[in-house]
Amino acid sequence: MLELRGASYRYAGYAKEVLHDVDLRLDDGEIVGLVGPNEAGKSTLCLVASGLAPASIGGTLRGTLTIDGVEAAGLATHELAERVVVGFQNPNTQRSGIAATVFEEVALGPMNLGLPVEETVERTREAIARLKLEPIVRRDPQRLSGGQSQLVGIAALLAMRPRHVILDEPTAQLDPAGTRLVGEALRALAGMGTSLLVAEHKTDLLDGLCTRVVAIDGGRIVRDGPAREILDDPALAELGVEPPARARLSRALAGLGVDAELVAATAATEAGS
Amino acid sequence: MTEAPTGTSVAVEGLVHVYPGGTRALDGVDLAIAPGEGVAIVGQNGSGKSTLVRHLNGLLRPTSGRVLVAGTDAAGRRVAHLAATVGLAFQDPDRQIFARTVRAEVSFGPRNLGRRGTKLERAVDAALDATGLVADAEANPYDLGYSRRKLLALASVLAMETPVIVLDEPTTGQDARGVARVEQIVASLAAAGRTVIAISHDMRFAAESFGRIVVMRDGRIVADGSPAEVFAEPAWPTLASTFLEPPLAARIGARLLLGSTPTEASLVTAVTGSV
Repeated sequence: MLELRGASYRYAGYAKEVLHDVDLRLDDGEIVGLVGPNEAGKSTLCLVASGLAPASIGGTLRGTLTIDGVEAAGLATHELAERVVVGFQNPNTQRSGIAATVFEEVALGPMNLGLPVEETVERTREAIARLKLEPIVRRDPQRLSGGQSQLVGIAALLAMRPRHVILDEPTAQLDPAGTRLVGEALRALAGMGTSLLVAEHKTDLLDGLCTRVVAIDGGRIVRDGPAREILDDPALAELGVEPPARARLSRALAGLGVDAELVAATAATEAGS
Repeated sequence: MTEAPTGTSVAVEGLVHVYPGGTRALDGVDLAIAPGEGVAIVGQNGSGKSTLVRHLNGLLRPTSGRVLVAGTDAAGRRVAHLAATVGLAFQDPDRQIFARTVRAEVSFGPRNLGRRGTKLERAVDAALDATGLVADAEANPYDLGYSRRKLLALASVLAMETPVIVLDEPTTGQDARGVARVEQIVASLAAAGRTVIAISHDMRFAAESFGRIVVMRDGRIVADGSPAEVFAEPAWPTLASTFLEPPLAARIGARLLLGSTPTEASLVTAVTGSV
């Protein structure tokens, strides 16, 4: 379990806090969606929940981050990295810059955990297969498209099989197929007991993936509840969050005799299947 | 944007592009876009969409085949010259942004095209207004969040008032208000008769905002038509072959046997007519 209590955060060199009194709990095996308008504090919350802020980037945190019962403030950077893995919006921030191939890039994560070679290779292969990256395993990680880099970054993270994962817009640059692969990979990770926080504008992805959704605005958590309840709330649009197509069409068609279940079932299945 | 010229035509014929290293990103593309047409280009990552549009303003040159802008072969024209006709907003705004203030950034393009005085001011103000960046005019671009930097990259292209505007993934990273803003900009450009081409992974945006959709796979065009044609049920296997899915509205319309309903409004209309 990962838990933030009364967390308020101020970036180094800034006068004001940008995160205010946040309580957030991620249970093991749970996927929590994080939504909010641009500049609401989603990325900051990701940094704070992963412990990177303040441990790596400085700034001032009030309140506590507890990971599996241990307070993060007392952990060394490498101890923190073993417990929580974070994926950024821009995959270029993530890339090691030292790997010659995509395979090596993905293998760096488990290698850094000090795992034996056989296990590193096995985990790397599995992560690559899950995200269908076999065609590009020998490519130079510096010379990939935005979408491919993003998938490689997520494969590297999967190979670490972390206990807790914090993702900031993991599918921003992905096509619909890549987005679906990431969704399936995250679900599999949760099935192994990993807890996940996923910040996304794509509420269509969160709709089928999350058990719970948290909405943030102005650095404060303004909603926290079961995914359906939050995503179906018309107030979400007022917040500047695009509702999932399923919720929007359910509402538009409700008065016309089309059952919400039909809309939900159509949204949940692939076209033509 | 009112004084801007109306759209002009762009076309590619037999376009092939092979990157150094051998990747054949475009494998024989024929596409003719009429003046004032709105076209969304869709397809999976790596299908050649960005490579294609970079030929339109001369950033890339064909390995073979031709690029025609306003009916003239682009081969003999320099990028600076083509840039006056075709404006391109990159997917990653940080490849584009370099000035110290938002206003300076947006002014750079039109100034380069020789605009001065009130004409320059008006173009810049209109672009800042359309993108909602008026209040940020004196800010440093790098103090803006990603979504606003992306809108800034769009504003810089709008301010050049080119007859053709190309947008690479304009809605990525935008929240609901940002997406609505981009949709509004596309609609007003279309209303002004400008040619608008957008690359997108967002099928809903493509269907709602564009009259024509071009589907790419492995460097070729595999479907080309109106949203109703491209997202009609018989075309789904073609879409699936490039890992795309029609918008939810189209899938619900097909399930209810209402024909092709690519947009949410067309679905509501079809359902209303059937009860």
